[in-house]
Amino acid sequence: MSVLQVSGLSKSFGGVHAVRNVSFAVVAGELLAMIGPNGAGKSTCFNLINGQLTPDAGRVLLEGRSITGLPPRAIWRLGVGRTFQVTATFASMTVRENVQVALLSHARRLPSPFAQAPRLQVAQADALLAQAGMLDQADRPAAVLAYGDLKRLELAIALANRPRLLLMDEPTAGMACGERAALMRLTASLARASAIAVLFTEHDMDTVFTHADRVIVLAGGERIAEGAPAKVRADPRVREAYLGTEALDA
Amino acid sequence: MSATSILLQFLNGLAGASALFLVAAGLSLIFGVTRIVNFAHGSLVMLGMYLAVALSEVVGFWWALPCAALAVAGLGALIESVLLRRLYRAPELLQLLATFALVLIIRDYALWQWGPEDLLGPRAPGMAGAVTIIGQPFPAYDLFLIAVGPAVLGALWLLLTRTRWGTLVRAATQDREMASALGVNQRLQFTSVFALGALLAGLGGALQLPREPATLKVDLAVVSDAFVVVVVGGLGSLPGAFVAALLIAEVKAFCIALGYSKLTLVVEFLIMALVLVLRPWGLMGRMPAPARGPAALEPPLAAPSPRVLAGLCTLLAALALVPLATTGFTLVLLTDMLVFALFAVSLHFISGPAGLHSFGHAAYFGLGAYGAGILALRIGAPMELSLATAPLLAGGGALLFGWFCVRLSGIYLAMLTLAFAQIAWSVAFQWDAVTGGSNGLIGIWPAPWLASKAAYFWLVLALACAAIALLWRALHSPFGYALRAARDSPLRADAIGIDARALQWAAFTVAGLFAGIAGALHAFSKGSISPESMAVARSVDGLVMVLLGGIQTLTGPLWGAALFTWLQDALARGFDYWRAAIGCVILALVLALPGGLGSLGGLLKRQGRA
Repeated sequence: MSVLQVSGLSKSFGGVHAVRNVSFAVVAGELLAMIGPNGAGKSTCFNLINGQLTPDAGRVLLEGRSITGLPPRAIWRLGVGRTFQVTATFASMTVRENVQVALLSHARRLPSPFAQAPRLQVAQADALLAQAGMLDQADRPAAVLAYGDLKRLELAIALANRPRLLLMDEPTAGMACGERAALMRLTASLARASAIAVLFTEHDMDTVFTHADRVIVLAGGERIAEGAPAKVRADPRVREAYLGTEALDA
Repeated sequence: MSATSILLQFLNGLAGASALFLVAAGLSLIFGVTRIVNFAHGSLVMLGMYLAVALSEVVGFWWALPCAALAVAGLGALIESVLLRRLYRAPELLQLLATFALVLIIRDYALWQWGPEDLLGPRAPGMAGAVTIIGQPFPAYDLFLIAVGPAVLGALWLLLTRTRWGTLVRAATQDREMASALGVNQRLQFTSVFALGALLAGLGGALQLPREPATLKVDLAVVSDAFVVVVVGGLGSLPGAFVAALLIAEVKAFCIALGYSKLTLVVEFLIMALVLVLRPWGLMGRMPAPARGPAALEPPLAAPSPRVLAGLCTLLAALALVPLATTGFTLVLLTDMLVFALFAVSLHFISGPAGLHSFGHAAYFGLGAYGAGILALRIGAPMELSLATAPLLAGGGALLFGWFCVRLSGIYLAMLTLAFAQIAWSVAFQWDAVTGGSNGLIGIWPAPWLASKAAYFWLVLALACAAIALLWRALHSPFGYALRAARDSPLRADAIGIDARALQWAAFTVAGLFAGIAGALHAFSKGSISPESMAVARSVDGLVMVLLGGIQTLTGPLWGAALFTWLQDALARGFDYWRAAIGCVILALVLALPGGLGSLGGLLKRQGRA
């Protein structure tokens, strides 16, 4: 069964159809890349799945259960981790504390006002940080991290609730070439080992075609192609969407 | 009520709306461009009134109006270029504090210059009489006032839409960064906008003279009204300010006409609360442009090191020994310091780590104090029971008000907390049968076993320290982590299952409860309470203490509370103009030490290394 099943998803802002009748699915252990030119509706799609936006029409199913219209925090509780295009971390807290908060939230311990937070979930936090390659920076404040490191920290946070589905919005933006490959290899191995379904957007086509199992292409809010990387790359409609008709004619 | 008197009350409301609109328009313009909420705007109104009285003896009433307004505009330009210009990059709480320091200084200047008595202004020559409207007399001057509001709105509209200066002001109001990136000379723009805002305030004050006398108390009263108008209308929106001024002034006029004059404040602030909950950006306001780049970075909040803890324990032990050495005035002062330290720590709890900048925290202090007094005097409950129950009243108040407040953020939240504090204050001020009205309650004394100064000091020491320790502990609990997380990144907090509103509501309630403990302790230590204990000034005192100490340090509020309490006491005893002196101290600290006393250590260390 698919971990994520999206059917007929639509969202308009005023007269602009940001996402129109989009359907797709992601299975456990699979990396599905969502690509498309700027304004294709990728981020809107992500925000509809993770609950930041409510769809006008369509359904989002997580392991067969509808999560359509739930708020982000409820969707997270059901096992969806998310990283953001512009990283969102807790700047005044250390790297370890960032992960601890996520772990404490998962363990439903946040309301407790007397426990000593610095001593809680340390081993689990360090394990996640080690996985993301951030353990050596665990005591640094998140505010001083390099951009690539923030992306890795976000991955560690996103894994804290043992997600069934991982949504990664431009996970490697701002990273050097070697770093990109390393992060995507890490993501792929985590997905295979823990049977996590991964949906990611990416502008760097090398990353997409090297690491994605399947690719879905959006343009103007609609799905115009879907399939194995090689097939999508050869699809004339995809070339048209990226390059425009004039370029093809020329 | 007959149709005629309804019409007359309506006209009366329109006349009141004009002056209110002028003042609110100035506040709104200044906020739109500089993003500073000018607490001293009411003080400029007050200056306009006094100056117009003084000037009308020299040049006559009609010439005194523009002269007073221009003089206030000049002062506004001076304030902007000498003081506020240095604070545009400072956190908004520091800006508010600096303008509040101006309130203190300007009020004491007026006291020194014109004395404590109200000054009656002249009648407007040529408009001193009444005209007859459907057989009823109506003051001619009020008709003139009714025309002034729309006239000023029209003039401002022309200025903003038909001149280059106005276009640039509108650009900066919508997006200050973009305007600056496009090469707008911000220095000149900010100074001129502030001067115009001050001009409107001065004019608004001067125009009121034939209706009411110049008085020192007008500053905070007017600025609270103007806050309400600007927030109801939408920050930065002039038509909004006009509509809201009409609404508020009419409501006031009819409350008074129907004999419910005591309810005016409550009704006014209820309108504001209702508007803010339904339309958080005001009737005609827009959501502000999102700030670009990283948000203001809050420094980390470290748990106290073993050395700091040892130091605090030593201090505690030393304090516990003080009653053996003296039971004189020092002990009274130390008791006050402890009470206010708890008040400041509870305010810091929500305004620092939780990021909710409360401007009405005194409401909960006051609820605790009045709760204790009412239980002890009106119900005859024993002191121990009163002391234990009163904070629950404060917590209940915070639970109720907090539900509304956590739905907003930033400056809107600050204003809503202020509004609720004003409601609480006006209830205490007017409900004679229960609260004793403006006299307050007297004769609230501790139980016999706590009657000696030493015993009561030990009680306060024990309770305040335990309460502070609990609050600090909570800041380093998962709950405290989650509060900081929700402040740092609401987006990320939501994405990892944190219900920020629920947590902030809980934090608001807890802070109110602990402020209530401080209030109840204060009531029994003084033996009396007055409405002053929950006035705006007390809320600001709390903020001064927190900011003096450094808002993002843990122990800062302690030192801030101790220093401020001592300063207030030392100055108030020896000096008539102690408020101005405190204002100057605040200004000096804001300019020299924006991080508070807590940052002094780091500063000295860096200097030592250099």
